[in-house]
Amino acid sequence: MNINVDIASTYLFSNKKLTMVAVMGVLLGMSIYIFMNSLLVGFDRTSNVSIFKSTPHIRIYKDDEISKPLLENKASKSIIINPKVVPSSNTIINYKDVMSLARKHEEVTLVTPQVTATVFFNTGKIQIPGMIVGVVPDEADIMFNISSTIIEGSFKDLKKDINSIAIGSGVAEKLSLYIGDNISVSSAKGVIRNLKVVAIFKTNNSAVDKSKTYIHLSTAQQLQKENNVYVTDLNVAVKKPEKADEYTADLSQFTGYKAEGWKQANEALMAAFRMRKIVITFVSYTILIVAGFGIYNILNMTVSQKINDIAILKAMGFKGKDVIRIFLTQAMSIGVMGVVGGMLAAATLITILRKVYIGGDIGYFPIDYELSKFIQGVVVGLVITFFAGYLPAKKAAGVDPVSIFRK
Amino acid sequence: MATIVETKNINKYFYDPVEFHVLKNVSFAVSRGEFLSMIGKSGSGKSTLLYILSTMDTDYTGELYIDNELVTGFDLDKLAMIRNEKIGFVFQFHYLLPEFTCLKNVMLPALKFKKLSTKEIEQKAYQKLELLGLADQALKTANKLSGGQQQRVAIARALINDPAIIMCDEPTGNLDSKNTKIVFDTFKELTVNMNQTIIAVTHDEEFAKNTDRTIEMMDGMIIKHTS
Ligand SMILES: Nc1ncnc2c1ncn2[C@@H]1O[C@H](COP(=O)(O)OP(=O)(O)O)[C@@H](O)[C@H]1O
Ligand SMILES: [Mg+2]
Repeated sequence: MNINVDIASTYLFSNKKLTMVAVMGVLLGMSIYIFMNSLLVGFDRTSNVSIFKSTPHIRIYKDDEISKPLLENKASKSIIINPKVVPSSNTIINYKDVMSLARKHEEVTLVTPQVTATVFFNTGKIQIPGMIVGVVPDEADIMFNISSTIIEGSFKDLKKDINSIAIGSGVAEKLSLYIGDNISVSSAKGVIRNLKVVAIFKTNNSAVDKSKTYIHLSTAQQLQKENNVYVTDLNVAVKKPEKADEYTADLSQFTGYKAEGWKQANEALMAAFRMRKIVITFVSYTILIVAGFGIYNILNMTVSQKINDIAILKAMGFKGKDVIRIFLTQAMSIGVMGVVGGMLAAATLITILRKVYIGGDIGYFPIDYELSKFIQGVVVGLVITFFAGYLPAKKAAGVDPVSIFRK
Repeated sequence: MATIVETKNINKYFYDPVEFHVLKNVSFAVSRGEFLSMIGKSGSGKSTLLYILSTMDTDYTGELYIDNELVTGFDLDKLAMIRNEKIGFVFQFHYLLPEFTCLKNVMLPALKFKKLSTKEIEQKAYQKLELLGLADQALKTANKLSGGQQQRVAIARALINDPAIIMCDEPTGNLDSKNTKIVFDTFKELTVNMNQTIIAVTHDEEFAKNTDRTIEMMDGMIIKHTS
């Protein structure tokens, strides 16, 4: 064994308590770091899953237009200015062409039309406001994974009958509706249709469950007193939803309509997520750095205790870098033990918690073994250990033996 | 006789708390195999001079030659290598590493030197301990020995690399007369039989009188050589 390593391990073993305290510090810091960051990944994953149940990756629609000055004057101010929203239909003209234009984008996997309208649902005397979403059932199912939220009936049945409807569990409850019951839907345009309930879904977002329903695209068009080219939105799915925002500019240009990514559409939620990410990142790094301070302190203490040893070692020919190696070896040994222990502790914690059922929107505790976070934790942990050890080691290397021997 | 250590016009100042000219134009030479003692009143600069000779103190003017090589101005790593190979140290305090066995303590400079295998170093360390009458203590940790024994282990450690020079600052300062005699006889033997050089700072008149040559210092100057 190398003599520097030999000395380092003797110091570690002759002061087991101190060593264990330092190792425990790193172990706890490491496990919490990995755990919190894995949890963050889990949170984002479940949040995204629930967002994608009602929001497409990208939505293409006709944005409101603001009226332009009547007489454009480049040199000075325009002559007549009265900007306001131009009253025009919010339909996408020639939507089939627009769809095929959108499909040309290489990241796009699916484009499906949709008509959204606010309506009233009636059964007997009760009338409640709500929303109908007219869709192509198969495509909408792929887009929003509606089948996974169905608690009664089957979403597949929607496509068999043009006069059928899938309703949210809240709507069903309020109107006491069961599979096979009829519901009358009246639109703002005065059209009334009787539809048969074929499926009830539950998204765990009660606002959605209390108002949302899915019907056939053509039925929705009829309720809006429009023909079969009337479409308000095109929903787009892409290969990498994380990057949806990067494709919106292209899609706007391809199609000539406004394209909005899911992050933009859920700006408030995204802000909350960012906040969550900042807090968790900050806390997890802080804990690791505190563990680093533990190593730093304990090594500083060792250096002070062993100052005579350092002096005599330097007298007998150990170089500054040998002394650095002795103390850095101690720090890194503590670090490696702590990091390995921390990984095991984090893995244990995750193994236990991922089986815990939380309920509500979340279901099982949203955490999994995130390899990338384990790797990240090991790297960050070892880097912090290195610096926490290097500073005292550097101090030890700088000890002037003469000043010690004079005492 | 061949010179092993030589100084030319060594001057040193301390600046804290006030400027103080601690060594003044110190020039002298030590021959190989010589047993040299340095005496003088407390504060006359003996230790300061010894630390310069040891190469550990580099803050001086003048020239220091070790084994006919000018070492003044060498970088710290190079000086460390010179100490490792050519100089052994004995201080008033033993400076043993308390958690290590006596054997390991003695082996340390040789493990650093890496000229021999660990097995050979171990054998050699046993020899040195035997020389100091401590073979039976080899496997005890250093902090379990008596003061006299610890100092003898420290001497064994100073000898492990068969250094050309052994520098001592009050090596017998803490020892009773019996241990003092063992140390003196060992040093004497080394100079006679092994042609090793001893430079020992001491305030023990008796000890100094029996060495080959005594240098007396006063106020940072060498005032007398007695052979
Ligand atoms: N680090 C220092 N700073 C200032 N003065 C010092 C320092 N070390 C020693 N001295 C002074 O230098 C002089 C010589 O000290 P030293 O060499 O230890 O003397 P000796 O070993 O002969 O007793 C003394 O007066 C001492 O007070
Ligand atoms: Mg002195």
